[in-house]
Amino acid sequence: MLDNLTHRLAKVVKTLRGQARLTEENIQEMMREVRLALLEADVALPVVKNFIAKVKEKAVGQEVVGSLTPGQALVGVVHRELTDLMGGAHAGLNLAVQPPAIILMAGLQGAGKTTTTGKIGKLLRDRMKKKVLAVSTDVYRPAAIAQLQTVSQQAGVDFFPSKTTDKPVEIALAAVDYARRHYYDVVLVDTAGRLAIDAAMMEEIKALHANLKPIETLFVVDAMLGQDAVNTARAFNEALPLTGVVLTKLDGDARGGAALSVREVTGKPIKFSGVGEKLTGLEEFHPERMASRILGMGDILGLVEEAQRGVDADQAKAMAQKLKSGKGFDLNDFKDQIAQMRKMGGIASLLDKLPAQFGQMAGQLQGGVEENAIRRIEGIINSMTPLERSKPEILKASRKRRIAAGAGVPVQEINRLLNQFEQTQKVMKQFSKGGMQKMMRGMKGMFPGMMR
Amino acid sequence: MFGFLKKPGASPDAAQQATTAQPGDSEATPAPKRSWTERLKAGLARTRQQLGGGLASLFSRRKIDEDLLEELETTLLMADCGVEATTHLLTQLRQRWKRDRLETGEQLQAALADELHALLAPLEKPLQIGTQSPFIIMVAGVNGSGKTTSIGKLARWLQAQGKSVLLAAGDTFRAAAREQLVTWGERNGVTVIAQESGDPAAVVFDAIQAARARGIDVVLADTAGRLPTQLHLMEEIAKVRRVIAKAEPSGPHEVLLVLDANIGQNALQQVKAFDAAIGVTGLIVTKLDGTAKGGVIAAIARQTPKPLRFIGVGEGIDDLQPFEARSFVEALFEEGPRSTA
Repeated sequence: MLDNLTHRLAKVVKTLRGQARLTEENIQEMMREVRLALLEADVALPVVKNFIAKVKEKAVGQEVVGSLTPGQALVGVVHRELTDLMGGAHAGLNLAVQPPAIILMAGLQGAGKTTTTGKIGKLLRDRMKKKVLAVSTDVYRPAAIAQLQTVSQQAGVDFFPSKTTDKPVEIALAAVDYARRHYYDVVLVDTAGRLAIDAAMMEEIKALHANLKPIETLFVVDAMLGQDAVNTARAFNEALPLTGVVLTKLDGDARGGAALSVREVTGKPIKFSGVGEKLTGLEEFHPERMASRILGMGDILGLVEEAQRGVDADQAKAMAQKLKSGKGFDLNDFKDQIAQMRKMGGIASLLDKLPAQFGQMAGQLQGGVEENAIRRIEGIINSMTPLERSKPEILKASRKRRIAAGAGVPVQEINRLLNQFEQTQKVMKQFSKGGMQKMMRGMKGMFPGMMR
Repeated sequence: MFGFLKKPGASPDAAQQATTAQPGDSEATPAPKRSWTERLKAGLARTRQQLGGGLASLFSRRKIDEDLLEELETTLLMADCGVEATTHLLTQLRQRWKRDRLETGEQLQAALADELHALLAPLEKPLQIGTQSPFIIMVAGVNGSGKTTSIGKLARWLQAQGKSVLLAAGDTFRAAAREQLVTWGERNGVTVIAQESGDPAAVVFDAIQAARARGIDVVLADTAGRLPTQLHLMEEIAKVRRVIAKAEPSGPHEVLLVLDANIGQNALQQVKAFDAAIGVTGLIVTKLDGTAKGGVIAAIARQTPKPLRFIGVGEGIDDLQPFEARSFVEALFEEGPRSTA
């Protein structure tokens, strides 16, 4: 994980340890590393250049406080600046007009406009209790209208049917007219994806905007976008008075430098970020988290949230109940735990989210085979009968042989698993007695063994 | 967009001339190839504007010096070449500058074109449709990369090669994905095997059986878009691949990953992740028109080389074409020096 900025800077910084403040000279090389890190995160070059100039100005003369190394101090400055750049407070949707409030969606092909339209519809309906009408003016791509219809249905918002033979402007006006007569609060107008250089298509969306006079014009951008984000955003911003940006596909592993490029060029707030394909996957945009992500600093907050999403709350509660009641922790629970871990994306993806140094340490610790080991454990448990799972103590030689044959592993593997399980059980017993500290002590001995 | 260059006024002009100058330029090329070359050039107009146009103003200066190289670095980075590929290209150029005693900008440009060609040439491995019947092509990619559209175009291309084609609507997840593929099938006059929702692997299995029964040459299997971080979905697509192998032990004969040229360095991650899951054997890079970027291809060539089977340079049904390194590089550079006037 060399892409981590902190890590990168650490190398440079070795030479200037002990200097009390950041100066023009000693940050020169570090700035180069910052530049590379940003470029690798797909921040557009002109934006990087501006940004570097700004950071330099701020950084020069900064005292290196206390125990910080100059590198850390600089990362601090960079992170702060990035956060500032991406906009302070969260900006919500503006719906303060005489209803219906019209929201126009614009963006490139495949940016995620239709999905985002559905997500916004659901958000408005569920959280803000609005009556929402969705309409598609994408008469070009096959089945685009059908897609919005399905998405609207899933989101529980009304859909205004349109035909591919109609003109986009006419469709939109008809929808608004319908909305006005049927007292809708919001009309979501989905449009066809278009390239910024396609003059005819840009004229079309300009015409749509002029006719509809939407209160919100949202620019939908793929977080994976590369250097061209800057040009695309500029072209859209010049053609349309955008009011905000929606960043999509943030659940991917792109670092999302496009967010910074788009923000810098348009000057418009990033209002939402889209994660996942479920219609609930629309979140408020968090500038600091985005800053950490662009810098490759690890998304601890995201990790926590993912854990919360991945872990089934009911299941966890049932588990806690079981532990409290003093009933034993059996192999079924052991397997559930493993399954939960997998649900969170497996150990590898968890490691990815950690800041690089930790990630590297953890990676070394386990030699990278942990994913397979876990699958094997699951296989072994799956080869047991329900009775064996709840009472592992009945496992004797012949049962073990059968299980080993079923799971396709040597008998020793079964013994190893049982040992691990016993250790875990011990820890759980301590836990149920309320000794958190004791548990941590127990864990210490357990972890290396468990992973091998 | 050229604000970072030293002479901001000059570049857009130069680029514009570059675009307008193009049709007259291909007179020498043989007639059947011409239309494609022209389409490629038209499609790459923006990449050229970024690379060629940017370079034109660079190369107009007579002497090669560090400043020129630095600006060249900038231009390459702006084209999404990525840090690694850019550094590589520049190192090569620096060597040649000294070794071959290059002096003028034009010479440097020719050297860059050479290097770029050398970098991209290994990717030029056109798709060979084998004799297996049916020849099974599986198509994967992230959301919105243009899988379904590419399949539609690919079907057309295969038909032009005299192959009969069957489409499998393996995207059972996204709303209306099936309808989209069915529409493409209608346009091409191709049968589409689809199911009311259900398991993608099952749809593909059915399609292979159907193709065998009807004696069809090529099966194109669509899959739902997925981000490589969604592990369960990556497992699902690995299963689709396994099921194909079950239905046809020698298959899938080709696993194509569709990449959107607009995306940046994440393309590398995508190639790696999909390769790990389903063993990618070829790439399709879409939406090369209208983006400034052919550069990500260079990054891929450098870091995760995979045969680049097709590139998409427009919205028309014929705008998906086999990748040719030479004409690609030529299309990028052709007008560079001429537009400096």
